[in-house]
Amino acid sequence: MSIVVSRLTKRFGDFVALDDVSVDVATGSLVALLGPSGSGKSTLLRCIAGLEQPDEGAIQISDEEMTGRRPQERGVGFVFQHYAAFKHMTVEKNIAFGLEIRKAPKAEIRARVAELLALVQLEGLAKRYPSQLSGGQRQRMGLARALAVDPKVLLLDEPFGALDARVRKELRAWLRRLHDETHTTTVIVTHDQEEAMEVADEVVVMNSGRIEQVAGPRELYERPANEFVMSFVGPVNRLGGAFVRPHDLELLVEPNGATREAQVERIVHLGFEVRVELVRDDGERFAVQLTRDDVERLELERGQIVYARPTRETVFP
Amino acid sequence: MRSARIPLRVVALGYLAAILLVPVGMVFWRTFEHGVAPVWESLTTPEAKHAFWLTLTITAIAVPANTIFGVACAIAIVRHRFRGAGIVNAIVDLPLALSPVVVGLSLLLLYGRDGWVDLPFQVVFALPGMVLATIFVSLPFVVREVVPILREIGEEQEHAASTLGASSWATFRRVTLPAIRWGVAYGVVLTTARCLGEFGAVSVVSGRVVGQTETLTIHVEQSFQNFDVAGAYAASTLLAGIAIATLVLMSLFKPKEHA
Repeated sequence: MSIVVSRLTKRFGDFVALDDVSVDVATGSLVALLGPSGSGKSTLLRCIAGLEQPDEGAIQISDEEMTGRRPQERGVGFVFQHYAAFKHMTVEKNIAFGLEIRKAPKAEIRARVAELLALVQLEGLAKRYPSQLSGGQRQRMGLARALAVDPKVLLLDEPFGALDARVRKELRAWLRRLHDETHTTTVIVTHDQEEAMEVADEVVVMNSGRIEQVAGPRELYERPANEFVMSFVGPVNRLGGAFVRPHDLELLVEPNGATREAQVERIVHLGFEVRVELVRDDGERFAVQLTRDDVERLELERGQIVYARPTRETVFP
Repeated sequence: MRSARIPLRVVALGYLAAILLVPVGMVFWRTFEHGVAPVWESLTTPEAKHAFWLTLTITAIAVPANTIFGVACAIAIVRHRFRGAGIVNAIVDLPLALSPVVVGLSLLLLYGRDGWVDLPFQVVFALPGMVLATIFVSLPFVVREVVPILREIGEEQEHAASTLGASSWATFRRVTLPAIRWGVAYGVVLTTARCLGEFGAVSVVSGRVVGQTETLTIHVEQSFQNFDVAGAYAASTLLAGIAIATLVLMSLFKPKEHA
């Protein structure tokens, strides 16, 4: 159930949403499309689902040519950011929709709906209407509805984007567990790098309609292909010509050969982590990420002069 | 706050009373001034009965036609971003702006004797012409009610249905139609009311042949012209009664949350 996207181009008027994009999604994998808004990630997903027609290029799902086919012929499950719940139907009717369209036997539909309600932990809410559910419950219903028809691939468009931070984290972990159980080939669109790194086997970083890098979460963080990827997947300081992550900087109270002098401008306590914001004589600002213990040991104070030394830095040619 | 509300209420209710309730009330009062028997008598003359059935026949053709066209047209305007959708959207309002008499005259020009279009059956001074005129004047209501609702519900539910395997027709029947049903129902009520009450356009194309092409509204006017005031009042009351019945039916079926 792989997805092969080759040389896809999509324009909206003068705006190029996708510029010659090619991606392969392996059978059973969970791939994240990560990028800022307007990077083309949602457009790519909608093209795979058939909700948008590309101007050029081809799409195959499990070795079957899908270009130009209508969404209902593609066998995909799609989950929308704003749930797209059928408001006039109960939860169980929403989930049963795809099966009823396929004219599945009543008993089979009932059994499958019960199974899915259990899977998404919505037992007992079967007779409710979407308006009586919380956002997280609505999205789990959306997932159950998409999974009901045993889709060849599952496509999720910013599925947790409209939820609050705590529910988002819960659902993220739950989605990963679900994927480990079902092994449905899944593509998730997100602008949240943490979400992409936590959930996906492989992350496709997109920017202005192009793919910047395709890599696993660890490789993406440790060996970003370029400046855009480096700064998109985590905070970064630019020190001269080099890029340094805030946690790859060491602070010393005494100078030593390779250090840079700077003044402590602000100390931000984030629980265990502490972010120290520094400013140099020439006005260049950068941040260092320390632990609470480091800060206590160094007895850091606002206005203090300290010396920073990168322990790992990246230079792009 | 409270003191400001009372004058506003007096003005609003006073306006309604002066413009709506008093004239309609007058008609009812004058109708039943001498009891129910004379009313029944003037409503059961062959002319009155024929006019009643003719009005119902025209309405029964025009309302379904405009409902189907109205929903199709609203979907085309909102969902299919075709060139000229804006113009179509504006043209739909034309019957509201155009005087019904002009509509009647244009139909006469088109289908009348020496008209531009020659059909094997008679259009003008017969049922087809009257139906056409009624459809024309009552065309905008369903479109106008459905367009904003379609815009509000958005395309996502329809997209979801299509990814779940639903054909365009299944999506329309199971997802779009249930979502717009109250807009359609309200549009149907307004269309029905307009069809029942239409006078100008129908009057021009009907030729006003008593017992043949006389609708209820024309019958009211004819009776009045012939100094049959009681007959005019009785028919007016019948018209108002049908209109009120339609509105009451509508509010009975309307769900509470759609207030």
